[in-house]
Amino acid sequence: MINLKINGIPVSVPEGSTILQAAKLANVRIPTLCYLKDVQCVGSCRLCLVEATGARGLVAACVYPVSEGMEVRTNTPRVRKSRKTTIELILSTHKKKCLSCVRSMNCELQKLALEYNAEEDKFGTDHDLKPIDDLSASVVRDNSKCIMCTRCVAACERQTIGAIGPKNRGYAKVIGSPYDVSLAFTPCVNCGQCVVACPVGALYEKSAVADVWGAIVNPDKQVVFYTAPSVRATLGEAFGLPAGTNAEGKMITAIKQLGDVKCFNMDITADLTIMEEANELLDRLNSGKPVPMFTSCCPGWVKFLEHYYPRYIPNLSTCKSPQEMFSAVLKTYYCQKHGIDPKNLYVVSVIPCTAKKFEVAREELGNYTDAALTTRELAKMIKEAGIDFANLPDGEFDKPFGEASGAGAIFGATGGVMEAALRTAAVKLGGKGAPLEFKEVRGTEGVKEAEYTVGKTTVKVAVASGLGNARKVLDAISSGEKDYTFVEIMACPGGCINGGGQPYVHDEVRNNIDLKTLRAQALYDYDADKKIRCSHDTPAVETLYKEFFGEPNSHKAHELLHTTYTKREKY
Amino acid sequence: MSQNPFEGTKEQMAELLACIEANRGEKGALMPVLHEAQNIYGYLPAEVQTIIAEELNIPLAEVYGVATFYSQFSLTPKGKHKVSICLGTACYVKGSDKILEAVEHELRVRCGECTPDKKFSIESCRCVGACGLAPVMIVDGEVYGRLTPRDVKGILDKYMQD
Repeated sequence: MINLKINGIPVSVPEGSTILQAAKLANVRIPTLCYLKDVQCVGSCRLCLVEATGARGLVAACVYPVSEGMEVRTNTPRVRKSRKTTIELILSTHKKKCLSCVRSMNCELQKLALEYNAEEDKFGTDHDLKPIDDLSASVVRDNSKCIMCTRCVAACERQTIGAIGPKNRGYAKVIGSPYDVSLAFTPCVNCGQCVVACPVGALYEKSAVADVWGAIVNPDKQVVFYTAPSVRATLGEAFGLPAGTNAEGKMITAIKQLGDVKCFNMDITADLTIMEEANELLDRLNSGKPVPMFTSCCPGWVKFLEHYYPRYIPNLSTCKSPQEMFSAVLKTYYCQKHGIDPKNLYVVSVIPCTAKKFEVAREELGNYTDAALTTRELAKMIKEAGIDFANLPDGEFDKPFGEASGAGAIFGATGGVMEAALRTAAVKLGGKGAPLEFKEVRGTEGVKEAEYTVGKTTVKVAVASGLGNARKVLDAISSGEKDYTFVEIMACPGGCINGGGQPYVHDEVRNNIDLKTLRAQALYDYDADKKIRCSHDTPAVETLYKEFFGEPNSHKAHELLHTTYTKREKY
Repeated sequence: MSQNPFEGTKEQMAELLACIEANRGEKGALMPVLHEAQNIYGYLPAEVQTIIAEELNIPLAEVYGVATFYSQFSLTPKGKHKVSICLGTACYVKGSDKILEAVEHELRVRCGECTPDKKFSIESCRCVGACGLAPVMIVDGEVYGRLTPRDVKGILDKYMQD
């Protein structure tokens, strides 16, 4: 252990620790900007500079290693002046349209500027407005607001995509795709990890808020919302509730206060996905079609496979994602049952995801979804409507798509789809007394493996989240090193609970708490409290098969609940 | 992606692939491969960058980032005759910016570009160690010193012929 003092506070840390890590133990706060836990640690922004004995100048706390007897000062006039100047220099090339910025009041740069009393025009305003790239279905880039922290680049590299990077040099330097190609025409999978990594308003989702408001006030339209499993676990953060709060009841009430709208529960089509997917897997095993079967709920992962591993397209489950299943059910079954003309039903999905916006536009899925709102956009609408979220009473989902299983809810965390599938498989093949919880596939590790015997069948499963981990699993399968029956993959590290459409979380919070585990725990707790734990027990699913689809993998189910995939070039 | 149509030969491609093969698996393979690619093609066409990215399993954004960071890499083709104007301090105070303007005017392309007939390309450089001759211009390695804008046409005319 290394002993040092930070602002006079003694602290012992393992050798190789950085000053920033030691300061955390001493409860001394050091501001950061380019540093983001698990994503980037390069010491380039110079915000975390401190004085340390033995060092010639100020050193970057996020990368500088501690040494025995070191004394660190984080709050001297020299340190404060340096940080202030750094912020003022960053502000000199930043488009300071703060009042109307998507990140206003939630911007890391704005917060630092206030803390350090920075003058916004100390060094003048020296920038040309750069073009905004809004051609992508999911992500908008406004480089005039970019502060070159490269957190988005690191997030994209971590996903092993690398669709963006620094280009040119000096004043001409910008972050973006090669040449002047829009992000829309790159192998970007729309996961939005760049968006949640951005400290300022340079990256944001392509907003559908105006369209949804338009539909709500249109007398010809009936508007229905449905919310994805993980949204209940994160929406509260946008209103100051602690991470890991299940705000389902308030969320439903808030949505219904937006206007004359219905609010359904997407967990139901997560349950429906399990029914279709389980049957597909059995069919693959019995008929000699390609295994392992890969899950297809995650549109980021699907596009990744189409770009990078098209040879595995036959292994991808043909099931549509829960979003697209729900919209198809609403525009067919629901409309028929209630005598609604499908063109007058406006379907809004609320999702934790930017890639779902791209999915909405995929023609092969039938274009049943009218708009996909991220958790952030829903929060924005709730604020715009003047709703006092924190003090709302709990509401309930509308019938007939309210009650769902706990299995559907855990879809929002890595391993959740697998566990939901295993529950149904265990009961169907193993009968009564089959296990309900499969803890080996829970947790936020990048790759998880397990082997289960259900009935007479042994299934080898793997679960990966984060596309770098997906690549590892695919490469292990390709080389013959691994041989699985069923593989679940989610593009975002930790799954949907850490999706690219989730509320912005400041680096200081993200660096110091285990956000993924907290959010996932909210879903597992919710599941544990549910009376119905298995997808096949969900009443709405039973009704759907009885009244409409007949049975899983029926002709009608194939028409409405399954899809096809296409090989994609990178550029 | 690129404005200039790509006109690589089979031989050039074979040479490029051989160079990639020689560097495959090496740490930091990108720099030597880009250098060699520029030697082979005279510049780094988009198509060549795409092949390098695919073969070395590096994102195109990174290849492009490196190619645009270092000034010795060029994304535009070089002409048969390379015209280089020194913009170093001594030449600059002696008016080399006016020489550059005259060259641009004469060849009808901007600094960093290549004429459509691929005969000339213009670039600027920093001190070539001939400050006594300032301002200087170099054509295909030959140094012309103590220039005035009026001299430019005569010098370029010599190279127009072949």
